[in-house]
Amino acid sequence: MRFRDYLSLFLVIILGFIIFQAFDGTIDNGLNIKQFGEVNLSERTSIHYINKDVNNESTQIIYNESKNPESGSANYVTSIIANYRALDTLGEITVLFIAAAGLAFVLGDHNKNNAFASDASFIVKIGVKILFPLLFLLGIYIIIHGHLTPGGGFQGGAVIATAILLKFLAYKDYKLNHTGLTILESFAGISFLIIGLIGLYTDGSFLTNFLANGTIGTLFSAGVIPIIYILIGIKVGAELSGIISNLINA
Amino acid sequence: MAFLNQWAYIGGSIILILIGLFGVLTRRNLIKIVVSIGIMDTGVNLLLVSLGYINGGLAPILTATNPTNNLNFVDPLPQALVLTAIVIGVAILALALSIVIKIYENNNTLQIDELRGLKL
Repeated sequence: MRFRDYLSLFLVIILGFIIFQAFDGTIDNGLNIKQFGEVNLSERTSIHYINKDVNNESTQIIYNESKNPESGSANYVTSIIANYRALDTLGEITVLFIAAAGLAFVLGDHNKNNAFASDASFIVKIGVKILFPLLFLLGIYIIIHGHLTPGGGFQGGAVIATAILLKFLAYKDYKLNHTGLTILESFAGISFLIIGLIGLYTDGSFLTNFLANGTIGTLFSAGVIPIIYILIGIKVGAELSGIISNLINA
Repeated sequence: MAFLNQWAYIGGSIILILIGLFGVLTRRNLIKIVVSIGIMDTGVNLLLVSLGYINGGLAPILTATNPTNNLNFVDPLPQALVLTAIVIGVAILALALSIVIKIYENNNTLQIDELRGLKL
């Protein structure tokens, strides 16, 4: 440890003390942050998401019974991501796209050799052959059920990218079709925008839900939420697979 | 135990952020700096999620066992924000690693004090 390390330690401890003060609910610091677990949800914006009454429409939501609620997703996190704050999500997948494009730009052409000198062992190859379709199926399941169960486009896309990574680990000469990936990505991103524009045309605001919501808790419900989440899943899966491919072939 | 219950999440995630910051400040190896940024990222995500926790709260999903909106759900908003932040964190780490790969190809070193123009 040199002098600089001690100085860094000192600064970090002071900064930690300041951050700790901000989140200490026992001190009145004007930030209105409660102690851990003592949050009163009725004082927060989220209570409107939970009750689905942002437009002062509905009162009681019952699983498998309520028809056409304000946002049809049984998973509240999904209803926020793909409906109430879908514009934020559009921005976030744009950030993801820019990061993936920047990575491809920095690393240059992707026709170089794989990082691995030889194929993995026979057992690994057979294991990947069995696991790959199962993992792919799991990813699709997570994406499609994003409005009913934990999961959705981001998680399912990550699972699909993991399946692709297994292929890369097992086969030395495995190559992804980058043109196809780009087409998938562009299709998903443009469709997301088109869905938003259709909402703008029919209901007067960008990314509005213009389809019927159906009964909450059924697979074919929640209007545009599953469609948007499937598009996000395609985009995230394609982009993360492209990132993996670019990094392995760098 | 009460102290642990109260501070394990918020305090622990703040400590994770600080460990990452300390790593960024003191490490000389570029890969270690990138890993430190990843640790900071994790700490911020944990801090955000723990701000939405409610004692005895349920996961914010309507199911057959939790069928109505009057139940004690935890705050879904930080979870939605963190969900996207995790994926973006992965993409940012990948971008940082690609820059590190290029630096290694051009300079044959990962130590920041051996890089030309960054001598300390």
